Amino acid sequence: MNGILVVTETGLNGLHKMSLETVAAGQQLSRELGQPVSAAVFLTAPLSAKLDRVYRVQHDLLSAYTADGYTAALEALIHQADPAVVLFPHTYQVRDFAPKLATRFGQVLISDIIGVHEGKWRRQLFQGKLNADFLPQPGTRVFASIQAGAFRADQLEAGAAPEEIFSPALDPSLLRQKPEPPFRESARAVDLSAADVIVSVGRGIKEQDNIPVVEELAKALGAELAASRPICDNGWLPMERQVGSSGQTVAPKVYVAVGISGAIQHLVGMKGSKTIVAINKDPNAPIFEVADYGIIGDLFEVVPALVDEVKKARG
Amino acid sequence: MKIIVALKQVPARDSQLKVAPSGKWIDESDLTFEINEPDAYALEEALQLKEKHGGEVIVLCAGPERAASSIREALAKGADRAIHIEEDDLGAYDTLALARVLAKAAETEKPDLVLTGLQSDDLGSGQTGVVMAELMGLPHATIIMQVELAGAGLRVKRELEDGWFQFAGMPLPALLTIQSGINKLRYATLMGIKKAKSKEIRRLTAADLGVPPRSTVTVAGIFAPPRMKQTQILDGSPREAAAKLVEKLKFEARVI
Repeated sequence: MNGILVVTETGLNGLHKMSLETVAAGQQLSRELGQPVSAAVFLTAPLSAKLDRVYRVQHDLLSAYTADGYTAALEALIHQADPAVVLFPHTYQVRDFAPKLATRFGQVLISDIIGVHEGKWRRQLFQGKLNADFLPQPGTRVFASIQAGAFRADQLEAGAAPEEIFSPALDPSLLRQKPEPPFRESARAVDLSAADVIVSVGRGIKEQDNIPVVEELAKALGAELAASRPICDNGWLPMERQVGSSGQTVAPKVYVAVGISGAIQHLVGMKGSKTIVAINKDPNAPIFEVADYGIIGDLFEVVPALVDEVKKARG
Repeated sequence: MKIIVALKQVPARDSQLKVAPSGKWIDESDLTFEINEPDAYALEEALQLKEKHGGEVIVLCAGPERAASSIREALAKGADRAIHIEEDDLGAYDTLALARVLAKAAETEKPDLVLTGLQSDDLGSGQTGVVMAELMGLPHATIIMQVELAGAGLRVKRELEDGWFQFAGMPLPALLTIQSGINKLRYATLMGIKKAKSKEIRRLTAADLGVPPRSTVTVAGIFAPPRMKQTQILDGSPREAAAKLVEKLKFEARVI
């Protein structure tokens, strides 16, 4: 066992953006450990990075993703390449197969990591309220998936790598999932990414009948109204207004998070906003880790007061 | 159809969490606990499938004695019976070891379908279901937003990223991890709560199932996350805080 293998993901339009972050993480780890780093790439997505090797994983049965197909192919590649560390981007697809792959090797995937320091792999617990450092047993192969944004794609060391075709022996009967083509539910009527100001509402709003409280604020600020996932799950606002890993990614001038605790699935969708305002009754809510301005208090008192003050300022 | 729902009891969502003196887990005294939310959606999906197609819903839960309250709640909502793997110290089991325990218990029932939530609100590693599927030799799919029976198998709707979805077929038996929001959760009725009292809860230990504790990955320590930004807290009465914020929005962010 030696070296780092980065398993990249190919999306509908080439490499998934988190793939490059993961390659950057692999390069960093390679420098720290003084070990070689290689990458596995499915399909024909181009990758130009300074690596010791790129494995082009190719097989007719891998043209559409299946958990069974990807697991079998990567199991064979890991046996051949024998890496000490296998890194993945923590995408929905990786969540679907990487735990299965790690199980084949008797290991536990350390999922959604935000950093690695001196052999300790750091990840979040309790939806971001706490962090934890995990220690793999010495001498065992590490499988870890990397949270979006934890490493930066612009830190990627560009360059070239010798390429090798890897064609695993796959039996069609192995692939039990029969995927149909991906689709989008409906054309998105709301493009939140174009908004300068977004007022976003979370569980703190308590019930559907309270939604007008934040609608008023959005109106006063000339903002788009958005929400965290649970609000859309409950049908209180349409799914197309959801911000986060399963919704839209936004980076407005101002993002006002009202009653949103700031679970990671939400933060990844908005932490690029220029100014973040958090209104929350819990001073320990993870949203305050990314907020520029915070008001700790009951949103049902703060938001109406804010609406008045905004109207006053607008004259 | 025989459906097993693996569910976990976790600290209630609004809990104020404190690190325990060991520095390796939270202080659980003074906390209230509830069914992990994605698992509640998995249970609801199982109950709806049973109502549509007949069969039986069995709750499978590993946890200390307190987990019995979540099991009772699931029975009150309509599950038929339960298996409680009663272990005080699940910290000695990593995800793989715990999935072995759950898989062993599930296998004794020969289920047609195993459902669980896509991840837990406490550890959040999002793996138990997938690892169980591998150990049980079942096909699986994750982050599921719709489940239909199709011939002798299933057709399920997977949630992908950025608003994309995909249908996939697979044979039964199978394991699915369920996404929050797939359905509308029901409340337990008074009648349901009454009935739950006479429903069977089989109690087992991991030792009964022949699975020893094991951790290939151990927790070195847990701690409050460092702040990435220095948040400027605007204090005072709601009105004062609101006025301060409007100043910032007007003169610094310049959006008013």
